[in-house]
Amino acid sequence: MFLSPVCLFLGVTKMKIVIVGCGKVGTSIATELIAEGHELVVVDINGTAVKRLSDSIDAMGIEGNGATYQTLKEADAGDADLVIAATARDEVNLYACLMARACGCKNTIARVRNPEYSNDLFRVKDILGLSMFINPEMTAAGEISRLLRFSGALEIDSFSKGQVELIKVQISDRSLLVNRAISQIEILKGKIRVCTVERDGEVYIPNGDFVIRKGDRVSIVSKPEIAAKFFKKANLNIGKSRHVIILGGGKISYYLAQRLLKAGIGVKIIERNPERCTELSEMLRDAVIIHGDCMDQDLLLSEGIEHADGVVALMDYDEENILISMYVHNVSRAKTFTKVNNAHFGTIVDQLNLECVINPKKIAGEYIARYIRAVQNSLGSNVETLYRIHEDAVEALEFRVRSSSTVTNIPLSQLRLKDDLQVICISRKGKIILPTGADTIMPDDTVIVITKHKGLKDLDDILDGN
Amino acid sequence: MNKRLIVYILGWVLIVEGAAMQICSLTSLIYAEHEALYFLGTGAVSALLGVLAVKIKKPKNMVLYQKAGFCATALSWIVLSLVGAMPFFLSGEIPHYIDALFETISGFTTTGATILAEVERLSHGMLMWRSLMNWLGGMGVIVFLLALIPKLGGQQNIYLMRAESPGPIVGKAVPKMRHYAMMLYGIYIGLTLIELILLLCGGMGFFDAINTSFATAGTGGFGVRNANIAAYDSYYLQTVIAVFMMLFGVNFSVYILLITRKFGQALHMEELWFYLGIIVLSTVVIGINIMPLYPTVHDAFHQSFFYTSSIITTTGFGIGDVNHWPMLSKSIIVFITFVGAMAGSTGGGFKIARIVLLGKEAKKEFYLLVHPRNVRKVKMDGKSVDHNIMRSTSVYLVVYVAVCVFSFILVSIEGRGFVTSFTAVAATLNNTGPGLGDVGPVGNYAMLTPFTKCVLAFDMLAGRLELYPLLLLFTPAAWKKS
Repeated sequence: MFLSPVCLFLGVTKMKIVIVGCGKVGTSIATELIAEGHELVVVDINGTAVKRLSDSIDAMGIEGNGATYQTLKEADAGDADLVIAATARDEVNLYACLMARACGCKNTIARVRNPEYSNDLFRVKDILGLSMFINPEMTAAGEISRLLRFSGALEIDSFSKGQVELIKVQISDRSLLVNRAISQIEILKGKIRVCTVERDGEVYIPNGDFVIRKGDRVSIVSKPEIAAKFFKKANLNIGKSRHVIILGGGKISYYLAQRLLKAGIGVKIIERNPERCTELSEMLRDAVIIHGDCMDQDLLLSEGIEHADGVVALMDYDEENILISMYVHNVSRAKTFTKVNNAHFGTIVDQLNLECVINPKKIAGEYIARYIRAVQNSLGSNVETLYRIHEDAVEALEFRVRSSSTVTNIPLSQLRLKDDLQVICISRKGKIILPTGADTIMPDDTVIVITKHKGLKDLDDILDGN
Repeated sequence: MNKRLIVYILGWVLIVEGAAMQICSLTSLIYAEHEALYFLGTGAVSALLGVLAVKIKKPKNMVLYQKAGFCATALSWIVLSLVGAMPFFLSGEIPHYIDALFETISGFTTTGATILAEVERLSHGMLMWRSLMNWLGGMGVIVFLLALIPKLGGQQNIYLMRAESPGPIVGKAVPKMRHYAMMLYGIYIGLTLIELILLLCGGMGFFDAINTSFATAGTGGFGVRNANIAAYDSYYLQTVIAVFMMLFGVNFSVYILLITRKFGQALHMEELWFYLGIIVLSTVVIGINIMPLYPTVHDAFHQSFFYTSSIITTTGFGIGDVNHWPMLSKSIIVFITFVGAMAGSTGGGFKIARIVLLGKEAKKEFYLLVHPRNVRKVKMDGKSVDHNIMRSTSVYLVVYVAVCVFSFILVSIEGRGFVTSFTAVAATLNNTGPGLGDVGPVGNYAMLTPFTKCVLAFDMLAGRLELYPLLLLFTPAAWKKS
């Protein structure tokens, strides 16, 4: 409170953020956030880790157990806008969030890696004050799978924890959609939805009579697997891979395989640990699991690496990943992905001309930074996700519906919505509804709205006159 | 080492110094003294050089590591002193450059040792410059730059702070270095203003009040009267000064904790209690010891509190001679000269935090003699202290004693008495100012040879920057490329 006049004087409205855990993920998040000018307090039980991080960036370091009330109080978590728990252990992170909540911090982000936990998280979201949770491995897998599934897409944004995706494509003249009004599109009717159309630099939020022309950039909302079918039927080339080889069978590999299989892509995993192979084959019934050494050239050739559409190197050692990617680049035309954990030699890795370098910890940092950027002015509001599309002309927002909201239990056709605004998706207890005029919004749903209006803070703002 | 960045920082130091000199030229103008010219001239040249250094050699990156941070800080203080001595020398008010330099270093390092027998012969502008040096040097010019220039030192600016701020553990109380530096200067300016107002209320003249406030705030000890604080013959004024000296010897993070309403944390600071404890103990013992020398008990305790406060905070203000005091009192004064103020304050000395740490380490050592397999960590404020901090504190003591002994030998070449030689080193290395004997509160350093003055000037800089930054400059390894 002494600082606020100083901040006002400097003209900054940056956030105060406490980061618990100064490991790789914590460091990556801190580096991203400090670049945005936020005020950071970093906490770790290991004094050396705190000192290393707080000496290398302009942040205050606190040594202590970040899951205790006392340490969080010392870090001033009560006054902080956000507490991010990014230690190596899920339980500690969730407990730290609970304690941060007890200190009076309203917003928390936890790193939760175990999917068994993340599936239940929505039940305790309010108790923990959890704004989002981050699973670096899952995020990285999501990133890779999107690029593999729709390499021809212009932009892909995901909502409701990846259950819904907004995909932007350019309409080619061979597509069945050309010269058709949106209401006349019969392919998978009711399961996909056209959200925006960009034509000659102008962005439209179209109604049913809007006619699509060739060269339009159209964004479509749907479940990921349905979107793939739609693009195929509509004769839109989205460059989908058909056969992907994953080298190494770690956490990311599992998440990635799961996603790819769901989208109907063939997956082959090569892993050198026999027990892990058995585990994977039990969890991923449709995938082909090969027990063998990824660095064995004969094995790779015999498993058809030359004919794969995508090769993803996700082994433990960066060197092996880099080496194998360079080899694959020589023998096949596959799209290659290289996992690199060590961020310190980024410039050298860039010079190697690898097609696509994935750094899970860095992606996690960027992901959180993007989230914070999006909700910076609306913390405490009900915005769950925010994307700016078409060069910031349009915002796609995901809201959580409160029971006090005035738009609930009324059919959408009877709501007086703002112009240039559409409700494009409702997610109810994990089920995705692409609403028509007869559908209603219920409390506890999450609702995705697409609009040209800026700065919506609450779902009630979608009504005209608000 | 990022030499361009060091030049850049030095450039800013020159600009700030040039700007500060204009306050003095303004003072001279008000009193219609021609000395304004020297301040204007030196200030303009200094600022011009600074602008050149900042503009022409703009550093490519702002990244700074420990070595460069320490070197930049040490060089800044040297440049600051060399340029700061010019007005004294050019105007001829202090005819020898070595003397002028000694006075300037004494000012910036907040030592308060003077080579002037009669300060009242200086013009008002020069007096103002002496006090202003005390004030700027107290909190530090680098800290000022950290508050002033965004992104100085990049993300690693903690190294700059560490080189200039006193104490075994230097951290930040708020996340952003710039805000922290601003808060420190905010509190500093605030306390200075309060003292100024209280002094004015006591009927002190404006010029005297502002100078005395500056010198107290930096715990410097430059007065504007020949008789120093004794010239203000008022219990009220002397007590206000004594209390404020004590306040400026408190770790500034205590004030930050108070402002942010963390009263519990502030009260649990062990160092604070040791500091207050030593002051009370020393006041009582000296008070009883010197009672026969003064007409009333009140007078004796007034003298004893003023001197305790003045010496432990290493300010060095005086309200009369102490050479006739009994041996016990003089020993206590020499002892608290070495103790010094709290870490993170504007005072100098060995710092109470270090003494507390070393005391605890000694206690632990005794425990280990009794229970050789006992596992025990030194704790401070309820937290265990990292082994590295204990190690560096112990080494600091060794280096400190080494510098002290070495300087003492060099100073004794001149052949003054033991008391004068020893307390001269003690008073300069600890940034106190007056020692005992010839260099006591009523004496001065004028009669020493230029060589001795150089040794003592080095001690003052080493003491203010806590040895390492300055010693690093003389280490060949610091200047090697790899």
